[in-house]
Amino acid sequence: MQVLLSSQQLADTIKVLSQQLSKSYPSLENIVFVGIQQGGVVIANDIVALLQQQHSSEKVQFGQLDITFYRDDIRKEILAPDTMNIPFAIENKIVVLIDDVLFTGRTIKAALDALLDYGRPAKVELCVLIDRKEHRQFPIQADYVGATVETKKTDKVKLVNREVVLIPA
Amino acid sequence: MQLSTRHLLGIKNLNKEDISLILSTAEQFKEVLQRPVKKVPSLRDITIVNLFYENSTRTRFSFELAEKRLSADTINFAASSSSAAKGETLLDTVNNILSMKVDMVVMRHSASGAPHFLSQHIPAAIINAGDGINEHPTQALLDAFSIKEKTGSLEGRKVAIIGDIMHSRVAQSNIYLLNKMGAKVTVCGPPTLIPKYISEALGVNVSYNLRETLEWCDVANVLRIQLERQNQVLFSSLREYSIAYGINRQLLDSLQKEIVIMHPGPINRGVELDSDVADSKQSIILQQVENGVAVRMAVLYLLANRS
Repeated sequence: MQVLLSSQQLADTIKVLSQQLSKSYPSLENIVFVGIQQGGVVIANDIVALLQQQHSSEKVQFGQLDITFYRDDIRKEILAPDTMNIPFAIENKIVVLIDDVLFTGRTIKAALDALLDYGRPAKVELCVLIDRKEHRQFPIQADYVGATVETKKTDKVKLVNREVVLIPA
Repeated sequence: MQLSTRHLLGIKNLNKEDISLILSTAEQFKEVLQRPVKKVPSLRDITIVNLFYENSTRTRFSFELAEKRLSADTINFAASSSSAAKGETLLDTVNNILSMKVDMVVMRHSASGAPHFLSQHIPAAIINAGDGINEHPTQALLDAFSIKEKTGSLEGRKVAIIGDIMHSRVAQSNIYLLNKMGAKVTVCGPPTLIPKYISEALGVNVSYNLRETLEWCDVANVLRIQLERQNQVLFSSLREYSIAYGINRQLLDSLQKEIVIMHPGPINRGVELDSDVADSKQSIILQQVENGVAVRMAVLYLLANRS
């Protein structure tokens, strides 16, 4: 097991991401943030908390999205779902999807499918903590990237106890 | 996490973890049913046959809707309008259907054990939608889901099952489930409609007194008299049954507490339940129907890759 981001580096990276988002969106009036279960929600929680500090006058809109029912490999394995909680309308809003690791792009594709069942957003952006760029299977790229790492396809990259670790196959 | 079984033949074969998994998955599907688009693509690749050898309104519609909300392809079979009427056996019928690449079978049959028989002979996942007087597992699951939703938990909950216990697959499935989940069960009805050794066999209390039972319980699950399954005279008339075991407003108002009223449907109004009870605030009968779709989605989803 190799540590890719220590807990301090993780906190710094999240801070940078929230600053980038703040710069893109000085007002959060039409913006909603949606974390993807489970790792994405952890990261999104931190990002939203920082944004809330910077925008104390407005309430940052934050939801959790679960893609279990939208996976494309149901014949392989059935997974128990996590909580889905989108407590606001996304119609004509700018949605910032937040995930921990961007790998093949299949999770994001499923998340987009799930999101569109809640309405028609004006725009969707993607913010990820870690990008494993060379393994993409769909034409999906992130708008905000915390760190890009080189990995083997068989490696696993995970958020464990507030550290990002690489577990070789 | 997955179910310990490939089929849903009855609650008897499930363990506590299976039941909890189905109920928690159903909660997520209930959320799906509140969305603008009440549909997920989970079972896009799965074909399901609804094989109904016995009449049904609620259960058949509920399963069909659950399948459609999961994006499965469905075909419907009704015994009366099929080759079963020409003398084809159950196994031949099902094997013919399966050869058209069907993944799952939802089945209702008047013979107890029909889905169990089928499960030994075919590779598809089978879901029992009611077999004779044996079990109706998805009804028990949706009842449990509704009790949990209304009262917070099943553990320690006092549930009375009232009416024709003898001929009721709903009663049997409910008893198995509630016992496994730590609820307390009393069955209540005329002595002729309660199996003699049910207390020893299934671990429930037996009462022949409706008022006492209602005073005791938190939830009353009221059943229909199944005249179509009775081949002897077990009580003198529906009117007399109604006087002794029918629940009316006056009786409910005279209790010390407000209890929850459930009924699996179809209701015989004025027999086991008066209209002003069935349609009252205390009744969660229509919530049961709503929850039925979410619970059946959970069962279909969790068994979808087990064929």
